[in-house]
Amino acid sequence: MTFSFEILLLILLVVTAAGAILVKDLFSAVLILGTYSFLLAVVWGWLGAVDVAFVEAVVGAGLATVFFLVTLFGIAPKDTHIRRSAPPRLALLGLPVLGLLLLYSAEDLPEFDDPASPASVHVSPDYLTNSLQDTETPNVVTSVLMDYRAFDTLIETVVIFTAGIACVLLLGRNRE
Amino acid sequence: MIHSHDSPIVRTMARMLIPLIQLFALYVLFFGQYGPGGGFVGGVMLGTSLILGLLVFGREESPCRLARKVVHGDGVGLIIFAGVGGLCLIGGGEFLNYSDLEIPWVTADSRRRFLGILMTQIGVAVDIAVTAISIVFSLSSSDESEHPDD
Repeated sequence: MTFSFEILLLILLVVTAAGAILVKDLFSAVLILGTYSFLLAVVWGWLGAVDVAFVEAVVGAGLATVFFLVTLFGIAPKDTHIRRSAPPRLALLGLPVLGLLLLYSAEDLPEFDDPASPASVHVSPDYLTNSLQDTETPNVVTSVLMDYRAFDTLIETVVIFTAGIACVLLLGRNRE
Repeated sequence: MIHSHDSPIVRTMARMLIPLIQLFALYVLFFGQYGPGGGFVGGVMLGTSLILGLLVFGREESPCRLARKVVHGDGVGLIIFAGVGGLCLIGGGEFLNYSDLEIPWVTADSRRRFLGILMTQIGVAVDIAVTAISIVFSLSSSDESEHPDD
């Protein structure tokens, strides 16, 4: 049962990703991209990464779709339809080879729930065992983001602030 | 291009949904230490509720006055976040090491770190909400400047 569910989910992911690229109308592409983000959120939740799933659903499926739609409202109707030329022959030959290489190297990755994988032996046991008594925060993701790795989060916030400032400066909200 | 929506169904639904979204956003923001969510998601949802009001009621009507004021708050969230780090410096510790945060009547290190996480999350939420609204505002205003008679 679980197996068929995950296969169905992955097939839907590939179909929506291909559809978002191949469809001619940009409005349809934006909506299909939102569907893709939502399916990806389901995948994250199914893998147990609930925080990532939440962010993916809210930002990827919600906010990014709204940004794209508002942008499309602002441009001329003839520009929302695009004509794509055929891909170059080199890409048609090279990309399958690249995919095969990636599949081949994926065999060397550690198992999904392997406790001895490099990612789960370095610092994460420290965080998992000490988070509650250090910070009174049961959700380890929050305590890692906001306390143990607060510098990273601060710089991320600076990045988002810079993006907002750049949009305002480039698009000029004071010109009206 | 953003004009107010004519349909009463859309307007009524938006009027009902906006407070609900804001309530849920505040829940996600303040319970991010106990469940999934936190500053990022809460901020995005706060911004999204105001964007919904902007898209449905247009730029001129009263629910958008708040959004219009909010846009001038670029960087407030960043000041909150970095200010908490600065308070840690004032408390005699390292930047963003919340155990040196000077909060009256709070002496336990873990409690201070808890409150530090809460305050920085509010900073992140404010920053992201303001950024989302200002991006939508600038996207829509650049269009109106091209068609002044619109």
